Amino acid sequence: MSALESLTDIPGTPVFTGFSASRGLALNKMCYSFNDRESREAFVRDEEGYMARFGLNDAQKAAIRARNVAQLIEAGGNVYYLAKFAGIFGLSVQDIGAQQTGMSVDAFKAHLLAQGE
Amino acid sequence: MARIIGGLTTSHVPSIAGAMARGEERTPYWKPFFDAFTPVHEWLNRERPDVAIVIYNDHGLNFFLDKMPTFSVGAAARYDNADEGWGIPILPSFEGDVDLSWHLIEHLVADEFDLTICQEMLVDHAFTLPIKLMYPDSGGQWPVRTIPITINSIQHPLPSAMRCWKLGQAIGRAVNSFPKDMKVVVVGTGGLSHQLDGERAGLINKAFDLFCMEKIVSDPAALAALSNREIIERAGSQGVELMTWITMRGALNGDVRKVTSLYHAPISNTGGAVMLLSNGSQSVSLAAE
Repeated sequence: MSALESLTDIPGTPVFTGFSASRGLALNKMCYSFNDRESREAFVRDEEGYMARFGLNDAQKAAIRARNVAQLIEAGGNVYYLAKFAGIFGLSVQDIGAQQTGMSVDAFKAHLLAQGE
Repeated sequence: MARIIGGLTTSHVPSIAGAMARGEERTPYWKPFFDAFTPVHEWLNRERPDVAIVIYNDHGLNFFLDKMPTFSVGAAARYDNADEGWGIPILPSFEGDVDLSWHLIEHLVADEFDLTICQEMLVDHAFTLPIKLMYPDSGGQWPVRTIPITINSIQHPLPSAMRCWKLGQAIGRAVNSFPKDMKVVVVGTGGLSHQLDGERAGLINKAFDLFCMEKIVSDPAALAALSNREIIERAGSQGVELMTWITMRGALNGDVRKVTSLYHAPISNTGGAVMLLSNGSQSVSLAAE
C-alpha cells in the first residue's frame, strides 16, 4: 500500500499539512483560546494587544484585521480554529463560504441547495 | 458477554444544536433530518443499549495542535461538554464506563493500535449532538454510559480509511471479549461530504454520499480501500469524517442489516446523513470479510 500521496494539488482545496501547521501555530493557538468567553472578550477589547500576546506574524495580523478567511488559511490557519474566530463576529460557515468563493451569501446558500437536488 | 447490537451514524453539524434549541425540528428545512430519528428512537427503546461507544473527531475543544493524537480513547467516569466558541448550548455531562474503557484500551494496544489514553476529556458537538439526537427527551439524564474514541481529522497526515476499518474491527473483537453482559451500540459521527475552506468551499457530492451509504452496508471493504486523497477529492476536505462511519462499520462483526437510513442535503454546508444498522448475533457477516 502506498504510504505517501500528494494532497496539496487538489484544486480549490487547502489541506492542513505539517507545513501549514508549523506556519499557523501562533494563529491557531490564538483562535483555540476563543473557546473561552473571557478570551473572546479580551480579544474584542484589545485586538492588537491580544495578537501580540500570541506572537502572530504580520501576515496573520493583517488577515485577522481584514477578517479575511482565505488570507488566514494562507497564513496557516485551520478552518476549525478559524471558525471560533468567525464566531466572535457571528459569522456562519455560509458567511465564510461566501467570502472564500466570491459569492453573495444568498448565492452560496442557493449553491448548497442545488447540490442536494 | 458484552455484545454490539448495532451501529448508528449521523451527521453532527453544529447547526443541528441551534435547530433543537430554537425548536425548529418540524420546519421544512429540518423535518426530514429529525424525522429520520423516529425509527432510531423506536429501536433504542426496544433494544436499550447500556453503553454507546462514540467514534468522532474533535474540532479543537479537547485537543489543540500542540499534541494531536491519531486515535484517542476516553477512560473517564464522566465526560463534560464545554463552550466551543460559537454559541451552541452546553449539554449536561455524560457518564463513562471505566471498566469497559480500560478493557478496550488493553485490547486495542495489544492489537497494535498505539492510542492516547484520556482520563480527562472534554467532548465536543461531534460527540454530544448524536447522543442528544438519540435521546432528545431525556432531560440530560442520558440513559447510556459512553466511551469517546477520537480520530484525528484536522492535522494531516490522517490515518487511512483502511487503518480506521481495522480499528473498528479491533473494537468489535475487544467488546465481544468483555466478560460482562451488556449491550453496546457503536456510534460513528460526521460527514458526509462537505468542505468549509478554500475556493471549493460549499462542495456537496450527493452521488458520492449515496455511494458511501450503499457500500457501508453491503461492501464496507470498498470504502476502506479508498485513499485519503480520493476521499478529499470526492467528499471535500472535511469529508474525511467518513472515517468515523468506516470505523463504526468495522466494529459490526455479526449479521448486519440496515434498520433505517436517510440522506438530506444540505444541512448547513453538509450532505446530511443518518443510518442505523443492526448487528445480529450470527457470526457470518454480510460483508465479504
